[in-house]
Amino acid sequence: MKPIYLDNNATTMVADEAREAMLPYLSAEYGNPSSMHHFGGKVHRKIESAREEVAKLINAEPEEIIFTSCGTESDNTAIMSALETTGKRHIITTRVEHPAVLNFCMAQGRKGCKTAFLPVDKSGRLDLDNLEKAINDETAVVSVMYANNESGVIFPIEKIAEIVKSRGVLFHTVAVQGAGKIEIDVKRLPVDMMSLSGHKIHAPKGVGALYIRKGTRFSPYIIGGHQERGRRSGTENVASIVAMGTACGLARNNIAEEIVKMKRMRDRLENGLIERCPDAIINGDKENRLPNTTNISFEYIEGEAILLRLNEHNICASSGSACTSGSLEPSHVLRAMGVPFTAIHGSVRFSLSRYTTDEEIDFVLKTMPPIIRELRDLSPFGR
Amino acid sequence: MWEYTEKVRELFLHPKNAGEVKDPDAVGEVGNILCGDSLKLTLKIDKETNRILDAKFQTFGCASAIASSSALTELIKGKTIDEAIKVTNQDIAEYLGGLPREKMHCSVMGREALEAAAADYRGEARPAADEGEIVCKCFGVTDKKIIRVIEENDIRTVEDITNFSKAGGGCGECIPKIEKILSDTLGKKLIGKPQERPKALTNIRKIAMIQEVIEKEVRPVLKADRGDVELIDVEGDKVILSMRGVCAECQMAHITGRNIEKKLKELVSDKLLVEMR
Repeated sequence: MKPIYLDNNATTMVADEAREAMLPYLSAEYGNPSSMHHFGGKVHRKIESAREEVAKLINAEPEEIIFTSCGTESDNTAIMSALETTGKRHIITTRVEHPAVLNFCMAQGRKGCKTAFLPVDKSGRLDLDNLEKAINDETAVVSVMYANNESGVIFPIEKIAEIVKSRGVLFHTVAVQGAGKIEIDVKRLPVDMMSLSGHKIHAPKGVGALYIRKGTRFSPYIIGGHQERGRRSGTENVASIVAMGTACGLARNNIAEEIVKMKRMRDRLENGLIERCPDAIINGDKENRLPNTTNISFEYIEGEAILLRLNEHNICASSGSACTSGSLEPSHVLRAMGVPFTAIHGSVRFSLSRYTTDEEIDFVLKTMPPIIRELRDLSPFGR
Repeated sequence: MWEYTEKVRELFLHPKNAGEVKDPDAVGEVGNILCGDSLKLTLKIDKETNRILDAKFQTFGCASAIASSSALTELIKGKTIDEAIKVTNQDIAEYLGGLPREKMHCSVMGREALEAAAADYRGEARPAADEGEIVCKCFGVTDKKIIRVIEENDIRTVEDITNFSKAGGGCGECIPKIEKILSDTLGKKLIGKPQERPKALTNIRKIAMIQEVIEKEVRPVLKADRGDVELIDVEGDKVILSMRGVCAECQMAHITGRNIEKKLKELVSDKLLVEMR
């Protein structure tokens, strides 16, 4: 039985088109793109057309894109490059960033870098005054995510970028969750670097990209051969790069309709659950949110229990509860937003994709309310 | 995703004894909603025989917390209070066919609720786990509770203390304190109860026994403190050791050496002397 997959902010299904596109590069077309012969050259050209597709998704130029192994590598590379090229030792980011940024900054802290972690309000929004105040002469880079993976809240990247650039500081954004779900145009957006990930937009895992605006000084993180014009060494993950190109093309072609479709289904799911389940609260700014994400707290019960009950019905979602985080601490994002611990423990995130159907939403709306009721009956705090 | 046993899954999906008994004779409440799990145990007890006639639970928590609570009620029903109180967290885990190590604290919560209920029934003050000094502020865990899980579950690492008690699993600030409690508790164990030892020893047997004591009794304790020791040689009754890891730089190394000597004397032969290289 096919799962009802509503965990697309964690990873996505590989699009049929992307898989088809990559297959030749796992069999007959095994040439090394760096080779002089035609056999390798063909592969090289395919990588370049994938680069064009990735560039087009965010309205960049192909030479502004380098391929990496994942979003995390892109994030680490961007921040490291800013530190190296400026020689400065101060980073500004937010408390709700992905661990790829948060933990990287903490690790730099052990090497003498200082990081300012900007707070967010109850709706997950940043106070831009705080950002202005945090910038100083030692600031090497400001890294703020485009959209949050847990709450779906979209940050005002254009305004943030303007503030940062007016102070002459490098600006990096993680658009891993934004790309393919909202329209992104780097020609209108003064960002210097932007991280992308393949597996969040229906390409396979193990490939990412980093946009580096033309003219931005850059220092490579992985050093070796001349691949990616020396900006990211290592023989290319050809098949996955090709698939990412195809996936970006798919996302770009249908983005306007998909946004409308995902948002309609997301709203139906969210409103339906709020109607059917008492004491359920939506986490995050409803006005500025990814069209595919909803994060709902069900009071008096714990998220892992909810997920495993949903799992029995083949429904895949995720939670910010402690028991699902792999540690004993609940979601850092919801904590930063000041969501009460009681509500964080019972939070469930649904994230849709272009492949989500109305039947699947109906099934969740039918299946989930009894699960919530039953778990509340088991809880000493339930009603 | 956690690897739960079929029994955990069964008791999570179809819990036995969920709810509250009417007019309970004993109530045990532990944990709290902020920490992520909480259990309320209610018991109906025959006052003449002290036998548990009915036991029900209400749990806020994950699948293993719900299954552990249900397992607890199944284990204690029909037992007298005195019999029931002997149920350990290991018994609960065993009933479930095992729990992921990171989830062992769920079984500990079950045992604590049982103790709280027993104390309530006997009209005693709160159970021992609540006493002592709070070490982990994030989860409100006392030193007494930490020592108890170390002793009852043969714990050797700080990580396991977190697995069994949650202590140290939050901000991590208390980890140095937990390390100290662990090494103190294990230190006591190191010079713990005497064991049988053979009267006469061949040289080979002696070396083998020294090796065994070093491997099984000494190294795990030192490793818990990020130290280590290596057995270099045995010359007659002289055991030559070399400290490794943090022990190598430790100013207290001679005390550690004496403790090891004590242990070897106790378990192998009175004549043994330790020399450090």
